[in-house]
Amino acid sequence: MKKKLTLFMLMLLFTLVMAACSAADNAANADKAEETNEAKPTETGSETETATEESDTIKVGILHSLSGTMAISETSVHQAELLAIKEINENGGVLGKQIEPVIEDGASDWPTFAEKANKLLQQDQVATIFGGWTSASRKAMLPVVEENNGLLFYPVQYEGMEASPNIFYTGAAPNQQIVPAVNWLLENKGSSFFLLGSDYVFPRTANAAIKAQLEAEGGELTGEEYTPLGHTDYNTIIAKIKSENPDVIFNTLNGDSNVAFFKQLNDAGISSDDITVLSVSVAEEEIKGIGADVIAGHLTSWNYYQTTDTPENEEFVANYKAEYGEDAVTADPIEAGYFGVYLWAQAVEAAGTTDVDAVREAAKGITFDAPNGTVTIDGDNQHVYKTVRIGEVQSDGLINEVWSSDEPIKPDPYLEEYEWASELSESLE
Amino acid sequence: MTEMILTLFNGISLGSILLLIALGLAITFGLMNVINMAHGELIMVGAYITYLVQNIFMQYAPEKYFDLYFILSIPLALIVAAGVGVLLEVSLIRHLYKRPLDSLLATWGVGLILQQLARTIFGAPNVGVQSPSFLNGGLELGSITFPYSRIFILLLSLICLACIFYYFYRTASGRRVRAVMQNRQMAECLGVSTRKVDMLTFAIGSGLAGVAGCALTLLGAIGPTIGTSYIIDAFMVVVVGGVGALFGAVAGAFGIGIFNTIFEFLTNATLGKVLIFILIIAFLQWRPSGIVINRSRSLD
Amino acid sequence: MISQKLFNNRIIFSVILILLLFAPLFLTDFRLNLLGKFLAFAILAIGLDLLWGYTGVLSLGHGIFFGLGAYAMAMYLKLEATGGQLPDFMAWSGMSELPLIWIPFQYPIVAIALGILIPAAIAFFLGYLTFRNRISGVYFTILSQALVLVLVTLFVGAQNLTGGTSGLTNFKTLFGYSVNSPASQMVFYFITVGVLAIIFISCRILVKGRFGKVLVGIRDGENRMRFLGYNPSTYKTFVYTLSAAIAGIAGMLFVLQVGIISPTMIGIIPSIEMVLWVALGGRGTLIGPVIGAVFVNAAKTGFSESYPEFWTYFLGLMFVLVVVFLPKGITGLFTKWKERRQKQNDTASIEVSKSYSRL
Repeated sequence: MKKKLTLFMLMLLFTLVMAACSAADNAANADKAEETNEAKPTETGSETETATEESDTIKVGILHSLSGTMAISETSVHQAELLAIKEINENGGVLGKQIEPVIEDGASDWPTFAEKANKLLQQDQVATIFGGWTSASRKAMLPVVEENNGLLFYPVQYEGMEASPNIFYTGAAPNQQIVPAVNWLLENKGSSFFLLGSDYVFPRTANAAIKAQLEAEGGELTGEEYTPLGHTDYNTIIAKIKSENPDVIFNTLNGDSNVAFFKQLNDAGISSDDITVLSVSVAEEEIKGIGADVIAGHLTSWNYYQTTDTPENEEFVANYKAEYGEDAVTADPIEAGYFGVYLWAQAVEAAGTTDVDAVREAAKGITFDAPNGTVTIDGDNQHVYKTVRIGEVQSDGLINEVWSSDEPIKPDPYLEEYEWASELSESLE
Repeated sequence: MTEMILTLFNGISLGSILLLIALGLAITFGLMNVINMAHGELIMVGAYITYLVQNIFMQYAPEKYFDLYFILSIPLALIVAAGVGVLLEVSLIRHLYKRPLDSLLATWGVGLILQQLARTIFGAPNVGVQSPSFLNGGLELGSITFPYSRIFILLLSLICLACIFYYFYRTASGRRVRAVMQNRQMAECLGVSTRKVDMLTFAIGSGLAGVAGCALTLLGAIGPTIGTSYIIDAFMVVVVGGVGALFGAVAGAFGIGIFNTIFEFLTNATLGKVLIFILIIAFLQWRPSGIVINRSRSLD
Repeated sequence: MISQKLFNNRIIFSVILILLLFAPLFLTDFRLNLLGKFLAFAILAIGLDLLWGYTGVLSLGHGIFFGLGAYAMAMYLKLEATGGQLPDFMAWSGMSELPLIWIPFQYPIVAIALGILIPAAIAFFLGYLTFRNRISGVYFTILSQALVLVLVTLFVGAQNLTGGTSGLTNFKTLFGYSVNSPASQMVFYFITVGVLAIIFISCRILVKGRFGKVLVGIRDGENRMRFLGYNPSTYKTFVYTLSAAIAGIAGMLFVLQVGIISPTMIGIIPSIEMVLWVALGGRGTLIGPVIGAVFVNAAKTGFSESYPEFWTYFLGLMFVLVVVFLPKGITGLFTKWKERRQKQNDTASIEVSKSYSRL
């Protein structure tokens, strides 16, 4: 009888312990955690040392979706960040210490991103987090990093209207991707636009800006459609597009929907000669999934392509392929994730410590020769100066640059520089 | 007028896609009462098989025969998916026939494992499948283009349907399956090996999912989560049609497909989706057991 | 027998309650917060079990009731955080003033009340129609999924009202106290434990009485109950409404502790996962869902932290193994033990009596 009771209590305790510290508890809380660890000590290989001793590594968090629907995009960024960490470590690390990545899975679920960011900052006490892809995941992590005064490097182009002191945005702000793309299209492809996007914050906000811009600069809006995330049937939308017959489709679809849209557009007999599609969320990696044959000739707007001609890029592409296979391709978010790690490392070197406030102060104006060219952190809003590039998809799946801004453009997340956007940015005051 | 014809065609086309993904489920769920949440992952298996066959053709076959890969991958997807289905049935499902709701749970776990397996083998990003050249472009009638790929899927779903009907209603083996599904004990008494029939039926349902996966490569993304985007639609089709009735699934699929397209054409994609599901809820209020009802005197 | 008493649910419950009350002593802030979240899920699981385990109605749409509660609380917190200003996502969507449906959520009491009433009202409306039309079994299950799809698509689509896919986050204060400080998180934790205990006890009283017997009767033979003069649809509607209200409460507690609610948390997949908690813990018992919710979520967190690249394998395998080897869930394990023990006792007493008779 007694035995049974003990057994039962153990079961219960086990359940609780699973809840409490199923993964390794950070040793900073060692004294507290010890008690719970008694019942079932758990450990993971990477986190065995105790922080009470002066450790010879610096922990950083890597937080991307490795499962769920967003894994198709985020896994590669995750890999690029690990590559950068490996390279830095091979060159002696940061402040003479090795960088130790703590990997977590955001599971394509925004509350999970918040939970894991919390875990990285509180349990593992990482110096910074590299992570996120969707705007929603960034918005979920934002209060967490602000509350804990942590750092987040966010590697993807986004809709702007944000500048958290705890986040560094290494992807493009709207004026580094969307605004120049619209200008270029108006000059080169025609003035009637059809806006197509997935139904979430980035396309809607981006399209609000595009509409204001079109109005100011004499463009014409023929239609605006949003499809639920993960939508797979575009026949009806294509029929609508056909009847409107615009010059340009401005495409802000996300993820899998792009595959369905381009395949079905091609099947409907619309080629890039008839209507040009400019996409802002389709990069080399997505093209592999779409099939180069159906998207060749259409346009994209990014800051970086695998074909970008810089010595740094040559090396980066070679290293990336050596690490992840000859078939692997690099793309803008992958590159942004990669140089984000280097920017952080430089800022830490400049600050001489991993202390967040010191790093943030030291990061202002730091430059780095990234694969896409020289990038500089803008001290005002913690975005980076980047060169804008319009590219055309080739039949081999790579993208060739057809136009570029000659120099890196200053980031302007709130579009303050533009007369037509005054209403948009004012509404946020 | 052209718009109407086009919308109707798009609706029928969507219906045929729904039918193809739901046919297998109409058998495993409708006839066998197994709530197979891994049905989507069987679709995924079919899609990845197509990708593999394509890669093999790219490497070894002369270029002019490249298009044949697609023809070959349909039966191959059927066989492999059926094989996975048999494996699943033998190792897991057969222990759960008396507990249909538990099959939901277990197959959910299986789905998770299969998804992760795809990620481990093929990598997390989507893979690309090039459509065969004979399905590029479309049939042009006046100002309307009917994409060949859509016509192909429509034909494929009709062929699958015809095969199933022939099998279930015209062959001895198919009759045995129906006998077992309608009255297991009676069939057993008459000497039908219910074990074998169960396995066979599940294999057929799984194989059809594989064929659907193969066809879907023409239209959309091929990745580890391809199944999750279709599984709910498949269940809707079967339930609206009436569980246990193959003909119901046909009516359900084309009904949902056509109405969805019309709603989407009149409003937008988001609202279209909302309206179609409201319609399903309302429809079930009116016909609580779907379009086709199996009448029975038994209570409880 | 003392041993049987030990396994009495009441004792299990008390032990768990005591453990939960003392948990803050040996858990870090972060882990305590996680445990609090799991307990919010456990509250929902109790409601779901009332519906599925006792009444035999499987809903794959409880995420939506959870979500409605969560959004109600989140709307209040968001307004409090912006200090009466427009939330940022509304400004981007070109709204100039607070939309009508947001106005009641300025007041905390109203927000909390609506967080319970809205899910209950929707469940009542749908349940009333559905059960009266005698839609049952898998048809109801699919119908509940269609409801999820409708509402989630609306939530995502109406970005100017709900924040779209990003949902609502970045909260600051509740009643003027910071929501994120460890102290208030501790308070939320104890509130959650308290609510869990209250709901558990009241549901227990409910199912132990005649009402509970009727529910089980409906589960096991709905038509027979009808012939006996009960109206199953009334009972079902009531339980469905009740369990939706409980889900709404759980949602509110979730938002307070997690600080974010988004459509990913209320869609099809989370709704299915909720059913998995109940099934894994053991349906038809009230303690089972609580254990199941905490266990599954703890395992999920544990696996994903230890093996971020492979954790779904383990989770999937766990579901399969539990179903095959523990058909009655984790609590089934206890019952099995109990039965075996009883059998041993029985055989022992038989042997004793035999030996007596020999004398």
